[in-house]
Amino acid sequence: MEVLPRGVRVALGLGLAALLVFPFVGSDFYAQMVTRMMILAILAMSLDLLQGVAGLVSLGHAAFFGLAGYALAFLTPQGEPVGLWWTLPLAVLGSGLAALVIGFFVVRTHGIYFIMVTMAFAQMVYFLFFDNKALGGSDGLYINFRPGAEIAGRTVFDLDSPLTLYYFTLALMLLVYFFLRRLLWSPFGRALAGIRVNEHRMRAMGFGTFGYKLSAFTLAGALAGLAGYLWGVQSGYINPELMGFHMSANAIMMVILGGMGNFAGAIVGAFTFETVLHLLKDLPQLGSVNLGKHWQLWMGSFIVLVVLFASRGVLGLLQPSVRVEPASEDRSQHG
Amino acid sequence: MAEIVLSARHLTRRFGGLAAVDDVSVDLWRGRIHAVIGPNGAGKSTLANLLSGDLLPSSGSVLIGGQDTTGWSPERVSRAGLGRSYQKTNIFLPFSVWDNAFLGAQSREAQQPWNPLRWLQPAARSQRARERCAGALALAGLSHRHGAIAGTISHGEQRQLEIAMALATEPQVLLLDEPLAGMGAAEAHKMVELLLRLKQEHAMLLVEHDMDAVFTLADHLTVMVNGQVIASGSPADIRADPMVQAAYLGEEH
Repeated sequence: MEVLPRGVRVALGLGLAALLVFPFVGSDFYAQMVTRMMILAILAMSLDLLQGVAGLVSLGHAAFFGLAGYALAFLTPQGEPVGLWWTLPLAVLGSGLAALVIGFFVVRTHGIYFIMVTMAFAQMVYFLFFDNKALGGSDGLYINFRPGAEIAGRTVFDLDSPLTLYYFTLALMLLVYFFLRRLLWSPFGRALAGIRVNEHRMRAMGFGTFGYKLSAFTLAGALAGLAGYLWGVQSGYINPELMGFHMSANAIMMVILGGMGNFAGAIVGAFTFETVLHLLKDLPQLGSVNLGKHWQLWMGSFIVLVVLFASRGVLGLLQPSVRVEPASEDRSQHG
Repeated sequence: MAEIVLSARHLTRRFGGLAAVDDVSVDLWRGRIHAVIGPNGAGKSTLANLLSGDLLPSSGSVLIGGQDTTGWSPERVSRAGLGRSYQKTNIFLPFSVWDNAFLGAQSREAQQPWNPLRWLQPAARSQRARERCAGALALAGLSHRHGAIAGTISHGEQRQLEIAMALATEPQVLLLDEPLAGMGAAEAHKMVELLLRLKQEHAMLLVEHDMDAVFTLADHLTVMVNGQVIASGSPADIRADPMVQAAYLGEEH
């Protein structure tokens, strides 16, 4: 579902309107929660470029998310804020560079091997930080100040204000969305879609698929870095779990939940995932069983139900099912 | 004027102890169809894969347009001017007929991937690629089906689409691996006409089992058995060759 049907576009427009007014209606607590959802939506969209468009299922995508958060933590001094204008691009570039290096090895592999190798690389990054006290170790690092957005000594906007951070994140999420939507229809995006469906045929028609896949992996890593940087800004704290296997798996589930390959689904998936997570964790005590404590059990069931009954994701539910003519059987007629 | 577009010299490919292709040389001339026939397992498809870069030869060399393409990847060989179809239909089933062929046309546009000004331009906007795509579909006789999903068109149309995809890359030489496989008589007739049209502009290697089609189309025939060439010559020579009759034609007629 690359072309978004009208119903979906209307729903997305309403969703955007809701996001624009939300901070004025909802409480601060929920506005911060939605900020986190938007950050995760950027992460999910970046993964969708690999998973939904190019057909590369990465189980290590969180590594690039976490790395940019760490970059912010290292760049922020103990006693004062650091400049947004140079640390944001630097963190994004850093994640992109890491993705370029790791991608150089992993995009040569296919299918199940790609999943395994991406996971292995991410685990290496995870343990590099987990086991090194100098890198924060298992406790992670605090980011004491949010980056300052100054131009010529004057503060343009103040990310310390939750409201500003909310709209800053929303703006970046929309920017990433519209960028990726355009990319989807560009020659690069068309080639990635071709690689997803039939890489062998793409090569036979002259496409250097290695370069295309490596570029996609690098770009996806850089965009995951953007999300990771924002996560560091918002939470003021970064730890190895952000780069871990669970985080990568959650991102995959967000993309599947919303519907793959169109980026809108990734946003919807991230919002759905976080909302359901929040609801499940708040489940009450029932007799001797604390339902909320076992949220992972309910989350798992929820994902299974979505995959079974709405395999095209939440966004797919809004689209009338497409009728596909059965393949014609001309061959048998002529025998 | 006829010219040699592709020239393969002493190609050999071993799988373990088995020589699937054993010291095979072929020349492909613009405006001529060179058919390769032989029983199953004779090494015809392996030969095609050696020419297209899908397989690396154990020894021997391939020249396309005077360029030594031995050991090149399939994408480089494609860009050197070779377009191919596969024995087993190899297309983008979920995409429309147009989008299938368009990817072929686009592959000749994407030569400046590092020009950021073009990154975000919609692929479909390229006038040249659209003309190439439309031209290839028209030549293959599929213009009227351009909007259909490739997985839903008939088997014969899928075979035509395979060729359209190759044509969209504007190849010098066409390598067609059993384009008539699984076709009914009417479809096969259409395909034979298409191949005769394509012959004028291209050098062509045709691997085919349909002997009627082969003797209608071929200007030159190579007969392979167990990886080796047992005969090579004009259709009339091959028909008269006693070794060929014993090894191959005899079984069928």
